[in-house]
Amino acid sequence: MSTGQSRKYKVIGTRPVRHDGVDKVTGRAKYGADVRLTGMLYAAMLRSPHAHARIKRIDTSKAAAVPGVRAVVTSADLPEQGDRIVELGEGAANMPHLSSNILARDKVLYRGHAVAAVAADNIHIAEEAVKLIQVEYEILPPEMDVVKAMRSGASILHDDLRTEFASPSSGDSGPTNVAKQYLFEKGDVAAGFSRSEVVVEREFDTATVHQGYIEPHNATALWNPDGKITVWMSTQGAFSARQQTAEVLRVPVSSVKVVPMEIGGGFGGKIPIYLPPVAAVLSRKSGRPVKLVMQRADVFEATGPTPGSHIRLKMGVSKDGKIQAAEAWMAFEAGAYPGSPVGMACMCVFACYDIPNGRIEGYDVCVNRPRTFAYRAPGSTHVAFAIESVIDEICQKIGIDPAEFRLKNGAREGTRRVDGPTFPRVGMVETVEAIKNSAHYRTPLTGKNRGRGIASGFWFNVGLKSSVTATVNNDGTVSLVEGSTDIGGTRTSIAMQLAETLGIAAEDVNPTVADTDSVGYTDITGGSRVTFATGIAAVEAAKEIQRQLVERAALLWDCDPKAACYVDGGVQGPDGKRIGFKELAEKLHLTGGAVIGNGTSSAAQQGGAFGTHCVDLEVDPDTGKVQILRYTIAQDAGTAIHPSYVEGQMQGGVVQGIGWALNEEYFYDEQGSMRNATFLDYRMPTTYDVPMIDTIIVEVPDPAHPYGVRGVGEVPICPPPAAIANAIRAAVGVRMRELPMSPPRLLAEILKAQTK
Amino acid sequence: MPRVFIPTNLRSLTQGLDQLEVGGSSVRAVIDQLESAHPGIREKLCDAQGNLRPGVSAVVNGSVAALGALQRVAPDAEIHFLPTIGGG
Repeated sequence: MSTGQSRKYKVIGTRPVRHDGVDKVTGRAKYGADVRLTGMLYAAMLRSPHAHARIKRIDTSKAAAVPGVRAVVTSADLPEQGDRIVELGEGAANMPHLSSNILARDKVLYRGHAVAAVAADNIHIAEEAVKLIQVEYEILPPEMDVVKAMRSGASILHDDLRTEFASPSSGDSGPTNVAKQYLFEKGDVAAGFSRSEVVVEREFDTATVHQGYIEPHNATALWNPDGKITVWMSTQGAFSARQQTAEVLRVPVSSVKVVPMEIGGGFGGKIPIYLPPVAAVLSRKSGRPVKLVMQRADVFEATGPTPGSHIRLKMGVSKDGKIQAAEAWMAFEAGAYPGSPVGMACMCVFACYDIPNGRIEGYDVCVNRPRTFAYRAPGSTHVAFAIESVIDEICQKIGIDPAEFRLKNGAREGTRRVDGPTFPRVGMVETVEAIKNSAHYRTPLTGKNRGRGIASGFWFNVGLKSSVTATVNNDGTVSLVEGSTDIGGTRTSIAMQLAETLGIAAEDVNPTVADTDSVGYTDITGGSRVTFATGIAAVEAAKEIQRQLVERAALLWDCDPKAACYVDGGVQGPDGKRIGFKELAEKLHLTGGAVIGNGTSSAAQQGGAFGTHCVDLEVDPDTGKVQILRYTIAQDAGTAIHPSYVEGQMQGGVVQGIGWALNEEYFYDEQGSMRNATFLDYRMPTTYDVPMIDTIIVEVPDPAHPYGVRGVGEVPICPPPAAIANAIRAAVGVRMRELPMSPPRLLAEILKAQTK
Repeated sequence: MPRVFIPTNLRSLTQGLDQLEVGGSSVRAVIDQLESAHPGIREKLCDAQGNLRPGVSAVVNGSVAALGALQRVAPDAEIHFLPTIGGG
């Protein structure tokens, strides 16, 4: 259901069939694994069996001698990077780290770290040959735990790493695994706590969790003798992948073309690159196109999951339920190289609330796990688990309804965050009201071992840069070329905004996702930005088309263009003249040829997204298994362009959040080997685990977008672990503070509680 | 004059002050003024070319400055320096 702000539009708010629907349901859509090129070779990677080791020697001679092997590469085939940091649009890349994550140089830093690759006539030869590569390792002790890795005496991953951005007076403390410190303060925290009548302080742990996209990473590369490199791949950002590839190979960015294939899920995990430079240097060596596709175990062991974390959170409130002070300390696993989302976690932890006095301290810590990367609202789910659990405990202590507490303390326009800025118009409170007024919340939950929990969450949403080109066809349709790879139905949500602006049907727009040589620079599909920012670019392109069509109509009417204007799908002129879009399109050749509108978006920034969730569940006290009975999500979508896709994002985020809450985790042994690197052992939710997720689309338009869009893709993953933990407490009286709340972990807590 | 919120980690460079009013019509100019009064702060915020360091964003009136150090700022602007935000 929707609170229904978007009814004033003709196209926006409707639910047209997605433009790529037929290709997707018939299996004709082309994914990276479908790429076949004449003379193409197949490649396999050699990966480290150790979590932490020094590479003393690599001998590839036996592999190279295998009949059918056309090329073998190691890190020696990649250029030295020097001490370089490169801006990639959304964030920056430390080039020595990026390059050595693609092919290890002097050390391997996690099991699965790529060491070498072989290209051969077929995948079987490549896989056999790669086993013949001999690597001599000096095995080092691995650091797998984020808190232990911070201690003095810990095994050091990078001898040259020093803690960055610690206070200037802290000095050089020597080699460390702590890459970065974050600190934010607002008000007088000590005074705030002294005023508090109820104070709760708790510690939380969350496990390493993978995005779990179904399509593995892939790349096919052709390095032509003229120096031009073409890469076909699954990516969330063709331009980012182009730049990363060019920078790793140290070639001009213009010599690399990335062709984005359809993408079978990403959720943040397909922003970084792993394969294109390897496929490219294999292609350069062999003179043939080379295809690399990861196996599932490679995806788990060697691509970026979201980090595990340790969080300590303290909150003080007055008896009337008003927050007086809050404090958070957190350490996030960066994985093998610095770069966890702990900075964003620090900025999210208290964002849902008006906190008068606050302090937040965060640490980015290297451990011998794969380099972590973004996963839907990076860092926010971890901290939502902590703060929303503490708030639930406070509500229980002071006897206040948890929705009322959130209404009393919820962030509003003008609320100053602990990290500094104030919120523009946001919809946090509206999402709480939507849950409070929902049939779900108003229906009593009955039954033994059943409980209800609610929780809220926040994500920033980003703006960044987008480009589109729209061409009017003489049959009255528009060809729309965009640079945003389509993960969640954005071809359609962008086309709908163009259609709305031009006053034509969404079906009369033909959207295409283009390669990096065929459209203007566009940042990644991530940060919940595409329907917002690429939508703005489409609106700008439509306005340019409007302007040109007005000129064409004025030419036909022999009048001053200033006497005409574009209204409601056509041009109106003097004396009641009017010509519709289709009729005018038919006359393009007579009036001067093509009408093309270009649109860009670069400056607009989103106002942030909030969601509040309510869950009912039942705990089996004999096994610790949790069954989700009912789930409702209320989320501020600003304006829902295509409500079905908004609902899909909300439901998808919730399902992933349920998996994170109840089952998903990396199991490592003492040597740092992942023991559950398959979908059989890495337990993600199935249809048996989740009920239909009910959705309430709240529409508080974002003033930064012409139609009020807010990104919707990320914030729905934030509240589920906390909402479920709160419901478990209500069901069986056990407060879970470690994720996942899997049956053995929950059963142990239930048994512990029973023996007290 | 624009009001600059000093990151907590850098307040030892501003004698503990958490906010300062600083002249300047761009983020870069504001940082230059800060540096004049509180030496050492620029290298924490900017690289050798005067661009914001990787991982640092300027937030002007609540919005991330798309132009970074080149972003123009109004006399009544509120400026924060925060970690860069990247989504999934």
